[in-house]
Order: sequence, then C-alpha cells, then structure tokens
Amino acid sequence: MPGSIDLSIWFLGTAFELMFVVCSLARRSFLRYFFLNLYLLISTSVSIGRFLILWRYGGQGSNQYMYFYYYSDALLTLTLFGALISLYSRVFGELRTGEYVKWGAVFLLLGTAGFSYAVVAQSAQRLSTGFAYELSQNLYFVGLVLTYILWGAVLKLRETRTRLVQIILSLGLYFSGYAASYALMNLSWKFSIIRYLCPVLGCFLPLSWSITMLRNSEEARLAPAQLVAVPR
Amino acid sequence: MMAVLILIASVATLCMFFVSYCRSLVASSSRHPLSAEVRDVTGIRTVAAAADYARVVQLLRLCPDRREDRTGLKAVGIYYSWLTAVRRMLAWMAPSLRSWTEHEQACCAYFAAVALDRRIAHNREMLAQQAGL
Repeated sequence: MPGSIDLSIWFLGTAFELMFVVCSLARRSFLRYFFLNLYLLISTSVSIGRFLILWRYGGQGSNQYMYFYYYSDALLTLTLFGALISLYSRVFGELRTGEYVKWGAVFLLLGTAGFSYAVVAQSAQRLSTGFAYELSQNLYFVGLVLTYILWGAVLKLRETRTRLVQIILSLGLYFSGYAASYALMNLSWKFSIIRYLCPVLGCFLPLSWSITMLRNSEEARLAPAQLVAVPR
Repeated sequence: MMAVLILIASVATLCMFFVSYCRSLVASSSRHPLSAEVRDVTGIRTVAAAADYARVVQLLRLCPDRREDRTGLKAVGIYYSWLTAVRRMLAWMAPSLRSWTEHEQACCAYFAAVALDRRIAHNREMLAQQAGL
C-alpha cells in the first residue's frame, strides 16, 4: 500500500479534479469545456478504481493493479489528447479550420498508434499491455509538443480570451513540469522527494483550471502583448 | 546525457510558461485604476515601482483576508521571489535583464495594490451590511 503522503496527494488530486467539474457546472461552462470535464471525470473514476483495486488485491505489484494501471493510463492519455485537440479547435475556431484540426488529430493519433504497435510488435510478450504502455508514453510526448505549438499559435493569432489562455498555460506548465520531473527521476531516482513531483503536478493541473474557471468569466479578455516576456 | 538535455529543455519551457502564466494573472488587474486612498497609503501615484511590493504586501496583511484573491496573490508572490532570484543570479550577465525584472516586479506591486483596493472595498461593504442589520 502507498504511504500516507502518497495517499494524501492522491486524494487531494481527486478532490481538485472533482472541483473543476463542479466549478464549470456552477459557471455554466460544462458543455463549453466538455472535453476538459470529460478528461477530469474519467481521471476521477480511474483514481477511485485504482484505489479500490489496491484495497482489494493488495500492493501496487499485483497483476490486477498493474493491468488496470496501464490500460487506464492509456485511456487517460487518449482523453487528455482529446481535450488538447478541443483547445486547438477553440483557438483555430475563428479561422474555420475545424475540419483540418479534426483530421490532423485523427492522423496524428493513428500515426502514434501505428508507431507504438511497430515498437511493441518486436517483442511478442504481453503485446496488449506493452501497446497500452507504449501508446501512453508516445501520446504523452505528442501532447507535449502539441501544447508548445498551441502556445505559439495563441501568441501568433493574438488570442485574448483570458480563460482559454490560462487553461493552455496551465497545460504547458503541467507538461513541462512532468517532462522535467521524469528527467530528474532518471538522473537521481534515489532522492525520495523527486517521486512526489509527478503526483503533485497531477494536483496542479485541475487546481489551476478550477482557479481559472472561478476567477475569470468567459467574457474576460486580456491584451496579448502582456503575455510575452519581451514586448515586441 | 539525454536526460540532462530533456531536463534543460523542459526547465526552460517551464520557466517560459510560468512567466506567461504569471503575466496573464498580473495583466488582469493592469487596467484597474487605484482609488485615491490606496494611492495615498501605498505611495503609488500612477506607476508602481519594484520596491513598492514589500510595502503593499505588509498593508495587505493588515487588511482582513478575501478568499477570491488568495491564490492569485500567492502565485504572484512566487513570481516576485523568482524575479528577485533571477536578478541576483543573472543580472550581471545581461544588464537588460535587470530593467526587465524591475519592470515585472513593478507590475507585481501594482497587482498587489489592486488586491488591497479590492479588499478595502469588500470590507467596507461588509461593514455597511453589518451596520444595516
């Protein structure tokens, strides 16, 4: 069983995920940010499911937990990808490029799935679990790159919607933090504090989205020039 | 080697997103005009200075808390400390960095002054409601 710190972060993260859904319902923005809500609702269900499996089948090393963990992680990454594409659609919405964004996302998803399959097919053992793990990792990397591109598009298109800008920035912070903590874990895994970084970042994303939802109305606007560090 | 490269790149992008996120928070209050009382008490006339931040934060601590601006003030406080650290560590390398950090810290001070203004207005409203009861 995980320790008390792990469990506290876990429960806190789940509470923040639910908080975002409640906030968007209260602010009547549930459908407007449907894919973000869907991602966080699935994430909450997965958290509860993981906890129940852990409770029932013992430690994190049990087969049941491992299977559930990897499949649910792939599902979560897929929904996060969907959420990211929905943000793309909103940013590019006024350019009427919705169809291109949709097809681009489908091709990217199929390409990533194909690449993941090609990597996993070389080792015949546990093909489906290996595929779920590989797809999740690769999609995560694609998501990271797509967020950077989206931020570039926000600056280029001079996006002014405060909520949308802050949601994308939170996502960028989350992905960058995740990549940094993974790199740190590879470099110095022996420091126990580093292993808490990823779960803490998992709490940060729904918390910052909730704050954005609460603080800013859909009509709130900001000047795009104020976002870049060095004025152009 | 690869992990070091990923770490450097991700820390750089993390800083970029962090600066932009804090700027988007600060920008939300940049158009808010300060009341005459807050201008008097903080000494900010039209444009805030980096050094005003500490004084405004002290005044904020004297004023009863307002739940709505708590997280924003915390995030901007972290941003201010980060800017101080950047100025101390890197400003000797690039002099332009010093003026940039000072400008950013001045924006943080203005953000805190706007929060103070809102707190005073909120408390006054609460007092008026209590007096009305």
